[in-house]
Amino acid sequence: MKILTPTFLTYVKVLLIVAVVPAIVGFVIVLAERRIMGFMQVRLGPNRVGPKGTLQGLADLLKLVTKEDVTPARAEKFVHFLAPVLAVIPALTALAVIPMGPSIRLARHVSTPLWVADINIGLLFLLAITSIGVYGIILGGWASNNKYSMLGGLRSAAQLVSYEVPMGLSLVAVLLMTRSLSLVEIVMRQDRMQLWFVFPGLLSFFLYFVSGVAETNRNPFDLPEAESELVSGFNTEYSGVKFAFFFLGEYAAMIIISCVAVTVFFGGWLPPFGHVKALSFLHIVPPFLWFLAKVGFFIFCYIWFRSTFPRYRFDQLMALGWKWMIPLSLVNIVIVALAILWTPGRTDGLVRLGWLFGALFLLMFFLAKLRQALARRDRLASEPAGTRQSALKA
Amino acid sequence: MANYFPILILGLLAAALPLATIFLARAIQTRRPNPAKLEPYESGIAATTFAFDTRFSVRYFLIAVLFVVFDVETIFLFPWAVLFHRLGLFGLIEMVIFLVILVVGYFYVWKRQALDWA
Repeated sequence: MKILTPTFLTYVKVLLIVAVVPAIVGFVIVLAERRIMGFMQVRLGPNRVGPKGTLQGLADLLKLVTKEDVTPARAEKFVHFLAPVLAVIPALTALAVIPMGPSIRLARHVSTPLWVADINIGLLFLLAITSIGVYGIILGGWASNNKYSMLGGLRSAAQLVSYEVPMGLSLVAVLLMTRSLSLVEIVMRQDRMQLWFVFPGLLSFFLYFVSGVAETNRNPFDLPEAESELVSGFNTEYSGVKFAFFFLGEYAAMIIISCVAVTVFFGGWLPPFGHVKALSFLHIVPPFLWFLAKVGFFIFCYIWFRSTFPRYRFDQLMALGWKWMIPLSLVNIVIVALAILWTPGRTDGLVRLGWLFGALFLLMFFLAKLRQALARRDRLASEPAGTRQSALKA
Repeated sequence: MANYFPILILGLLAAALPLATIFLARAIQTRRPNPAKLEPYESGIAATTFAFDTRFSVRYFLIAVLFVVFDVETIFLFPWAVLFHRLGLFGLIEMVIFLVILVVGYFYVWKRQALDWA
């Protein structure tokens, strides 16, 4: 077993990421998205290729590879070719620093951790490399020399830089608690503190995930593509494999946003409430599966959002980012800092902040429900008796 | 630095995957270009002007400039946040002063309607 040196295993993991992630995107996530959206819209979704449509990914792959790859005559040809490549590189590279589980034993005396590299600036590296993803989109939109694509690319650049700020600021609030930028250390600290950072960082988490959805150009923030107004925006002039790689870049970015949300806020590979005696049976499930399940849940949320929310207008999108999320994330940083100063040297302040956020969240939820019920009652009262049926429907 | 080398390799492989697939696909696909197909898509109408010749809203530029200011601020906050448990109350007051200066600029930008999109 001399061959299984740590260096060798690292490169095996590198190869696995490049080979497995595109396959997961093509065969699992895209299919899951189409099936789930189908059921949410009371239709079946793809179910013809293979049992229950499971081989749909293969059919899509064959179609996309054999399809003619058109480069418009007036396009900036080299940049048009380069853009999809640029969209894929950062999305796959960022996965290197995601810790997907603790060490696993492969053979006697041979074990390997489930991450490629544990670097001490992990979170900063992630923010840096994921923001490079905008180049692929804006260059693709510009190089096509198509007005729709140009608008899509411009919107995308404005949107991505706008939401980069609240995303960074919401993670700063978490860094106050983690005291480290290494993603492995962040998970370990949640284990030691017996507290997932989502509780004291509830506001951070909401800010992070909303910015994350905007960063990946997904509904309700999918203005760069906006089928109904920009005919697919930055990728209008792309077909065949190049189009497929834009797609892969977008889905890999979704995976990364979900992975970071899980690692930073939801304890990475840790089982929920693992330190509670009554729940210790949860340790039977391998840590890697916990990680996968949590990431899968966030991917599901992405799909869920897509079939739930209507698209924003561009001015609303900008107002949400600049006028709400940035001030809110600055306030959040001060709140978390105060909670840490509350009990210096100990973490009780953070636990109390977690309870406070939880209570506020429930209060807001019930207030929203109450408001909804009152509005419904008013609507019913204002309608004449004969038209009540229509009011019930609305 | 040894930690970063596998990341570089991963980046190179991530570049090789699309490049290889695009060239491989070129070998097996049929190519029948014709002038209409190579025109930019304008919902079926022949384009009279092209995207390279048209101008775009200056607000996109404004947003990019504002982003630089706020992103630099975020970068300042990162090391502060990691070391906050050692800096204590002094660190908080110092950072609040820094943020207040920034927020003054933020409200100025808001009042000058740089954040409005109309």
